[in-house]
Amino acid sequence: MTTQSIFKGLLRPVLVSAVFFMALTGLAYPIFTTFAAQLLFPFQAQGSLIEREGRVIGSTLIGQHFTKPEYFHGRPSMTLGADPQDPGKSVSQPYNSGSSGASNLGPTSQKLMDQVAARVKAYRQDNGLAANAQVPVDAVTASASGLDPHISVANARIQLARVARLRQMPEAELLQLVNEHTAARTLDLLGEPRVNVLQLNLALDALLASRQPSVAASE
Amino acid sequence: MLSTVLEFALILGLMTGLAVLMGKWLTRVFTGTRHALPERCTYRLLGIDPLETMGWARYGSALLLSNAAMMLLGYIILRMQAVMPINPLGLVAQTPDLAFNTAASFITNTNWQAYSGETSLSNFSQMAVITFLMFVGATSGVVAAAGFIRGLSRSSSADIGNFWVDFTRILYRVMLPLCVTMALVYVWQGMPQTFASQALATTLEGAQQQLIVGAVASFESIKHIGTNGGGFFSMNAAHPFENPTPLTNALHILSMLLIPSALTYTFGSMLLQRRQGWVFFGTFLVMFIGFLALVYGAEQNGNPLLTQAGANQALSIEQSGGNMEGKELRFGIADSSLFIATTTAATTGSVNAMHDSLTPMGGFVPLAQMMLNCVFGGDGVGFINLIQYALLTVFLVGMMIGRSPEFLGKKVEAGEIKLVMLSVLAHPISILGFTALAALWPDTMASLNNLGPHGFSEVLYAYTSGTANNGSAFAGLNANTPFFNTTIGLAMLVGRFFTMLPMLAVAGSLAMKKTVPAGAGTIPTATPLFMVLVVFVVLVVGGLTFLPALALGPLVEQLQLLSGQTYN
Repeated sequence: MTTQSIFKGLLRPVLVSAVFFMALTGLAYPIFTTFAAQLLFPFQAQGSLIEREGRVIGSTLIGQHFTKPEYFHGRPSMTLGADPQDPGKSVSQPYNSGSSGASNLGPTSQKLMDQVAARVKAYRQDNGLAANAQVPVDAVTASASGLDPHISVANARIQLARVARLRQMPEAELLQLVNEHTAARTLDLLGEPRVNVLQLNLALDALLASRQPSVAASE
Repeated sequence: MLSTVLEFALILGLMTGLAVLMGKWLTRVFTGTRHALPERCTYRLLGIDPLETMGWARYGSALLLSNAAMMLLGYIILRMQAVMPINPLGLVAQTPDLAFNTAASFITNTNWQAYSGETSLSNFSQMAVITFLMFVGATSGVVAAAGFIRGLSRSSSADIGNFWVDFTRILYRVMLPLCVTMALVYVWQGMPQTFASQALATTLEGAQQQLIVGAVASFESIKHIGTNGGGFFSMNAAHPFENPTPLTNALHILSMLLIPSALTYTFGSMLLQRRQGWVFFGTFLVMFIGFLALVYGAEQNGNPLLTQAGANQALSIEQSGGNMEGKELRFGIADSSLFIATTTAATTGSVNAMHDSLTPMGGFVPLAQMMLNCVFGGDGVGFINLIQYALLTVFLVGMMIGRSPEFLGKKVEAGEIKLVMLSVLAHPISILGFTALAALWPDTMASLNNLGPHGFSEVLYAYTSGTANNGSAFAGLNANTPFFNTTIGLAMLVGRFFTMLPMLAVAGSLAMKKTVPAGAGTIPTATPLFMVLVVFVVLVVGGLTFLPALALGPLVEQLQLLSGQTYN
């Protein structure tokens, strides 16, 4: 076969296919899928947003940064955000859902070990644990997305005592709430048992607000 | 532990069942003679004759040129992002080296990302460049496999099919219907699918939260079915919007394995040698299970330094334990390990855990699988790579016992082996050559996130991932520099076309030969013994080539970890 016959007549299909398949797979496909998704599953398609008193307070799927001791706390997050003093620089901004991120520190990184040791110390202090207590690994290691909405059951049960004390409610009652918000493995096989921190904290607020409406309103 | 084994068994069982169904479907797509109406319209638009038959050179040229045109179109749109529509966040265009890297990455089915999706691409670019190139890149891989298998199945013929017909059919009959269906399942599970770019929220503690959304589900379905792997978000399939539940995680894994595993069945069907297809499926599976066990063991065992720091990594009913740095809680160790093994076997490159934070032996697995590049492998090309090793096995075994090498009734001669060797050698030359260059390059140190052997692993991983067209990363490496963008971009093109084109030539050459009936001197290739031989050849060739580099990275790191050595 000659070189000429190999390339003969290829120019038009080569050019047309690039533009046509771009329009088909790059525009028509996602646009069609979007209309179908908005029709069938409007809540999920928007990002599973939850509202309280008419305001969007987040997404059930995306974790939030909890610092107040009367809330359950999520996992450490390594996401960054623009420095308010100097927008050109990045500073630590946990659970910044505009820019997912992880530590990417390796297993022999001294920086990682120092971070973990500091988190262990803070976790023991926050929850009144002994100075040599081993703490659940998920509570002191950063997640991959920096937006992990879940903590382990072990982690939730340790934080339970602190939250119950500060909320002035019996531990047994809070344990029941935690259990209600613990998701099991899918089909008993896939994934891990887990507690959604935002939903648990929301339920906690709602439970207490239903008893003391005036306190909740002032918050 | 038991539930983990059951979970792995369930997923691999489902994969096997789906391989048969999909394999049958692909056989019909590859061999059918009727053209549906939308296909006929497309042929008219392209101005091609669907009855034309092509030799391997014309078939390969059409593939190469159409890919080049598509890559160029993607490049142009990325460079003009600022003036394109649907860009409410006002994102600027990518720089020339970054746009080259991105376009090369997505057309070669690599999906290496030197940029961060949230802050670098408008929703228009995510659709018109990234989603588009993911479709055509993956489809091109399957098209190559169609031509390749057809070449092997023919006798005394120069014809390996019609590129345009294969491309159109695979897109219309396989990729698009599967992706639309899967995207809707994904939305049901929680992935966003909207024209909006963001949603603003005020958190429970009163902070402002910017939630980035977009056409995520339609992106995710082609990303995994096409073994592409690039993320909509920076943190890829670890991001809760890209992978909200354990069920979507399982579907991602099954999607990635779907076409690579099915092609072994299609091969068996088209050659009327089902057993041969299963032998190749078994070859894939044996290697996969070995690597899966290694990464799961290493990650579940955890990092002794974390225990020293006070973290409890024990597996219990209340926690999955293990090395959870850079992992998501809903996946734990088991689902993360399965994903790691799958994404680097099927050369997808999406990640649901950060590979940079894996334990040394955990990180060894993705590196090794990409270096071998034939544990399932990407859509189409994984199967082609396996046949390359099968030809090498036939040749080596033939040499050892003094028989003339034959494969599928065709004599394997010097010409084919030279092409196979070109393909076998292009892979390590690109990986090791570029890694050596980067190790000498003065600015490399500034790009590393970790020092010591782990830093070397970051660089080795980058070129391995690029050449294997995987796209996952030891993501601590800052690869968005002109040097890395250019060299990794070149590695991706070498890795893609210097294996695909020589192997198409092999298929073309085998198609021309007469099929001879098996004689007493023929080595049977549809047997478990041959399967063991292929695995052995893959491991020996891969080991001899890459062990020295691996010894400088993960292996020495493992020894240092055990002795407690850390790096600042």
